[in-house]
Amino acid sequence: MAVQVDAKQGYSAENLVPTKSWGQRISAIIPHLILIPYSLLALFPLFIIIVNSLKDRRDLFRTPYIPPLWFSFEDGFHFVYIFSSSGYQQVFERANVLLYFGNSIVVTSAALFLILLTGSMISFALSEYSFWGSRFLALYMALGIMIPIRLGTVSLIGIVRFLGLYNSLPALILVYAASGLPIAVFVLTEYMRQVPMELKDAARVDGASEYRILFTLVMPVIRPALATVLVFNMLPIWNGLWFPLTLAPNEKVRTVTLGLSAFAGQYKTDWTALLAALTLAMIPVLILYGIFSRQFISGLTRGAVK
Amino acid sequence: MRTTKRAHWHHLLIFIGPAVLIYSVFLALPLVDSLRLSLYSRVDGEVVFVGLQNFDKLLNNPFFSERFWGALKHNFAWFVLFMAIQNPVGLLLAALVSSPKLKGAAFYRTVIFTPTTMSIVIIGWAWTLMLNPLWGIVNDILNFFRLGAIIPSRGWLGSEDTALIVVILVGIWQYIGLPFVLFLASLTAIDEELIEAARVDGATGWSIFWRIKFPLILPTAGIVAILTFVGNFSAFDNVYVMQGSTAGPDYGTDLLGVFFYRTAFGTLGSVPDLYMGTTIATVMFGIILTGVLLYFFGIQQRLIRD
Repeated sequence: MAVQVDAKQGYSAENLVPTKSWGQRISAIIPHLILIPYSLLALFPLFIIIVNSLKDRRDLFRTPYIPPLWFSFEDGFHFVYIFSSSGYQQVFERANVLLYFGNSIVVTSAALFLILLTGSMISFALSEYSFWGSRFLALYMALGIMIPIRLGTVSLIGIVRFLGLYNSLPALILVYAASGLPIAVFVLTEYMRQVPMELKDAARVDGASEYRILFTLVMPVIRPALATVLVFNMLPIWNGLWFPLTLAPNEKVRTVTLGLSAFAGQYKTDWTALLAALTLAMIPVLILYGIFSRQFISGLTRGAVK
Repeated sequence: MRTTKRAHWHHLLIFIGPAVLIYSVFLALPLVDSLRLSLYSRVDGEVVFVGLQNFDKLLNNPFFSERFWGALKHNFAWFVLFMAIQNPVGLLLAALVSSPKLKGAAFYRTVIFTPTTMSIVIIGWAWTLMLNPLWGIVNDILNFFRLGAIIPSRGWLGSEDTALIVVILVGIWQYIGLPFVLFLASLTAIDEELIEAARVDGATGWSIFWRIKFPLILPTAGIVAILTFVGNFSAFDNVYVMQGSTAGPDYGTDLLGVFFYRTAFGTLGSVPDLYMGTTIATVMFGIILTGVLLYFFGIQQRLIRD
C-alpha cells in the first residue's frame, strides 16, 4: 500500500515539483541491487581471464585477483608489477593466429554478403511479383528457420566433397549463407512489402530496370532490415564451431573458433598460453561489441518485435 | 491495396535462382538426404537398404540404446533447467532494465548481453579453467560466501553428480542474453500510456507487471520457449568444449548432439558409423518437428487468441 500512495504523490496537483519520499528512493535502488551483482557475474569471468593472461604461470596461480600492475600497503606503499607477455609469445609462436583471423574475416564477410545479396533478390521477387508457386517458394524457404541444418551434416560432407570443396573456405561460406537465408528472406520480404508501390512504379515509368529498382531504390529504403539480418547472422557465423570442425578442419582453413579449440585441446596444461589464446579470441569481439552495442542490440530487438 | 506485377521469367530466374540454389544444395538437400541415409547401412563394405533396422538398433541394441536414452534424459534436463532458470531470470532482468526511470539502463543492457557475444569455445574454456580446483577461482568465491561445503571432492566437472548441472549452468550464463533481449524488446514496445493509466487507477508496480505487461509478452514467452526447445537439440559445443566428445564423466554430460557427432564422425577408439549417425539425426529431426508443430498449432494460437 505504501508504494501505491508514494507513486501517486509524484503526480498529484499539490506536488507539482515531485519530491521523492523514502519509499520512492528505496524502490529506485532495488533494481540496482539485482543488476549490479548480475553485471559483476557477467563480467567477472572475462575480467579474470584477461587479467591473468598478462602474468606468468607462477603469478597467475599465486595472485589471480589483482591486475598485472597494482599496489600494496604491506611494508609501506609500493607498486606491484607482475606483467608478463610470455603467454602471448607462445601463442604467436605455436599457432597461426593471423591466418585464423584472416579465415574468420573472409568466411564471415563473404557469407554475410551472400545472405544479404541473394536474400534481397529472392525477397524482392517474392514481395513484388505474383507468379506460379510463389507461396510454395516462401514456405520452402521458411522451413529452414526451425530445423537446425547441422542435422544434415553427414550428407552435407558428401555434397561438399562431391563439389571438391571439402577443407575449403567456400564450403563454410556457402553453408553459412544457406543457414542464414531463411530468416533473411522472412525479415526482408516483410519490410519490402511496406515499400510504397508508387515509388517503384514512378521509377519504372522513368525507365529504370527491375535490378536498378531493387538495388538503388528498395535496398536503401529497407536498410534497417538489412542491418537486422546482418546482426542476426554475424555472431553465429563468427563463433560457429560445428561446421569448421566437420567441413574444414585443415590447419590452413581454420577459423579463430576452431583454431582456439584445437590450440586449447593441445596445450590444456599450459595455462599462460591458454589464457593468452582465450584473450586474443575475446578482444576483437569485445571491442567491436563495445563500439556498436547500441546498434547491435537495436538490430536484434527490431528483428524480435517483427 | 497491394498490387503485384507479372514478372518476366528471366527476371524471376535471376532474382530467385541464386538463393534457391544455395539453400537447396547446402540446406534442404542434405537434410532430406540425411533422412534417406538413415534407411541404409554398410554391410560387408557395401551400402545396402535396411529399412528401419537402424532405428531398431538405436532403440533396442544396448550399445546404442543406453547412450540414446541417457542423452535424451540429459537433453530433457537441459530444457527444463533453461526454462526454469534462464528464461525467468532473463525476464526479470529485462523487466528491471526496461523501466523508463532506471539510471544506466544502456550500460546494464550492454553488459548482460556481453557473454552471449562470445563463442562457446572461449566461454567454455574460461569456465573450465575457473572451475579447475588447481586454480580454484570458483571455489575461492564459494569459500568467501561460506559455501565451501558444497565443493565436490572430484571437482565440479569430474563428479557425476555435478558435471551436467555445471555445464548447463555455464550455458545458461552465456545464453541468457537472448531471452533478455527478446523480453526487453516486447516490454519496451508496450504503450507507456497504458501503464500510466493503470498507475493513475492506483495499480502498483507489481500488479502492473503481472496484470498488464505479462499477458502482453506471453507470445514472446512462447517464442523463447520454442527457441529453447530447438536450441537444446543443437547443443553440442558446450559439452564438446568442456567435457570432450566422450561427454564425461562416464557419459554423464552426453547430449543427443554429442551422441550424433560421436557416432557419425567417431572419437578416440571408436569407428564412425555414418548411417547410425543419420539415424540419430533423423530421430532428433522428428523430436524438433513434433515440438515445433505442437507449438504452432497448439500453444501459439491460444496465446494469440487470448
